[in-house]
Amino acid sequence: METNVSDKVKTWLGVASIPIMVWTAIPLLWILATSLKSTAALADSTQNILGNFWPKHMTLDNYRLIFTGGASDLFVPALWHSIVVCLVSTVISVILATFCAYAIARLDFPGKGVILTTALAVSFFPVIAMVTPLFNLWRQIGLFDTLPGLIIPYLALTLPLSIWTLSAFFQQIPWEMEQAAQVDGATSWQAFRKVIAPLAAPGVFTTAIIAFFTAWNDFVFSSNLTSENARTVPAALAYFTGASQFEQPTGAICAAAVIVTIPVVILVLLFQRRIVSGLTSGAVKG
Amino acid sequence: MTTDSAATGTTRTKARLSDRARGERALGWRLAGPAFVIMLLVTLYPIAYAVYLSLFNYRLTDPAGRKFVFLRNYLTALTDPLFWQTFTTTFIIVVVTLVFELVLGMAIAMVMNKVVWPRKTLRTIVLIPYSIITVVSGFAWLFAAQVSTGFFNHWLHVFTFGAWNLEYDWFGGRWSSLTIICLSEIWKTTPFMSLLLLAGLAQVDSSMEEAAKVDGATWWQRFYKVILPNMKAALMVAVLFRTLDAVRIYDNPYIMTGGANKTMTLSMLVANETINRVEIGMGSALAVILFIIVLIIAFIFVRGFKVDLTGGTRGR
Repeated sequence: METNVSDKVKTWLGVASIPIMVWTAIPLLWILATSLKSTAALADSTQNILGNFWPKHMTLDNYRLIFTGGASDLFVPALWHSIVVCLVSTVISVILATFCAYAIARLDFPGKGVILTTALAVSFFPVIAMVTPLFNLWRQIGLFDTLPGLIIPYLALTLPLSIWTLSAFFQQIPWEMEQAAQVDGATSWQAFRKVIAPLAAPGVFTTAIIAFFTAWNDFVFSSNLTSENARTVPAALAYFTGASQFEQPTGAICAAAVIVTIPVVILVLLFQRRIVSGLTSGAVKG
Repeated sequence: MTTDSAATGTTRTKARLSDRARGERALGWRLAGPAFVIMLLVTLYPIAYAVYLSLFNYRLTDPAGRKFVFLRNYLTALTDPLFWQTFTTTFIIVVVTLVFELVLGMAIAMVMNKVVWPRKTLRTIVLIPYSIITVVSGFAWLFAAQVSTGFFNHWLHVFTFGAWNLEYDWFGGRWSSLTIICLSEIWKTTPFMSLLLLAGLAQVDSSMEEAAKVDGATWWQRFYKVILPNMKAALMVAVLFRTLDAVRIYDNPYIMTGGANKTMTLSMLVANETINRVEIGMGSALAVILFIIVLIIAFIFVRGFKVDLTGGTRGR
């Protein structure tokens, strides 16, 4: 494919990719820049360069504020809630979805299509439509503002997605290799461990990352089904207050944003190729 | 796999074959069943419960006053100007973001498809907005546009050689607020769109494009007559995914305006009715209406445009 691209076109495509990268990067740099500004610099454009963009004097005050300062009782618990709720719901959905997707990819049974179609239909649910009934139900049975009360609705986000993505991954696995290994004298456990597990692991892993992102990103459930004891980071950010009542918590929000963004961005950078194939496998005929 | 070989093997008896098939069926459902049941429990059950609740006049602060009113909540909602205002706002956001995302996403996908250098860097960087929490991107654009903290006004001031007002309040009016909301949505979701479109582009046979080129087709003719028709399936899926996603928009306007200046979306109206006003009956009715809107859109796409969503995994 590359052979028919002339040098001139190559150069132009290279040039065209620069504005794309700049457009993508500016809001990211902006969050970072704001998190490094002092309270005074936030409201005073003379203390910043590049048209109020980057601070002249960088400070880590905002990071101190969210980890040890006044905002820490809000941010640190929220961070833990986010990690626990997202990990638990991801693990549950990926385990359930692995069995389900294995059955769909390998076994012949009626209802396969129904499962896949339902998974897809359910992932288009307007999640807000589930908030009202859950809000009412959770209040009655005491699940409102608890971690399980958040894990259950998060399964609604992660499970359909996991079933769909994993089925797509598993259908690309050459399962005949398991039998081939057994013919060559491997026990079934050996065949599974040495042949199938290494082939299936990337798909399971990628699905877990995508499911985790989806849960990590949620704001609708977290902001409406919790108040204090189970609030996750996205909702906590929305309820941040400044050091004093009259001060905008801009810097603290940006510092918290940087903290919760960095691990996710690192994951994306490390597993870029697999995540792309995971995201598009279910969506595009192939 | 096993049934295939069993079915074609003529030496096997019928009884053994059906035994085996039956065993496979049972195992299939035993493996897939738990996931399927839990999926239905956590999604369909709340929706069914919402349909039930929507038939009542029910305030959480007054549980004793719960009264069956049949479809009156729906009638009230559909005749309420606030509902139609949120409906209009939501659809303005959907249409504007979709158009820009399609054009930008297509352009980015075409660059990514052919670019030689910086191929890997570009593909990585483009994926980053996808991984940013929507609330975080909402805040980033909010702070960037705000008069006191932002840089938008400063940059526009420079680019227009001082004509732009440094004190311009983006969140002072409906249209300027919606502009920022849409910009932030476009920034956040175009990468996803371009990845879906890139996957579609990769399936277009480049020899067809070559042939058209040899026959003297212009760049635009090749794009319009060869590339687009051949990636129609991927294009429609991308549009459907994004439309259904955009209809549910909640996080972004919630963070930026909180619904002020007529920027409230349908999802925000549902949450507002439920959480702030604890009108469970009315909130449920609105939730069901939103659900029906999503169903109608999906139906139009799947039937009207013949989008085959399960083709990717079924057709092997």
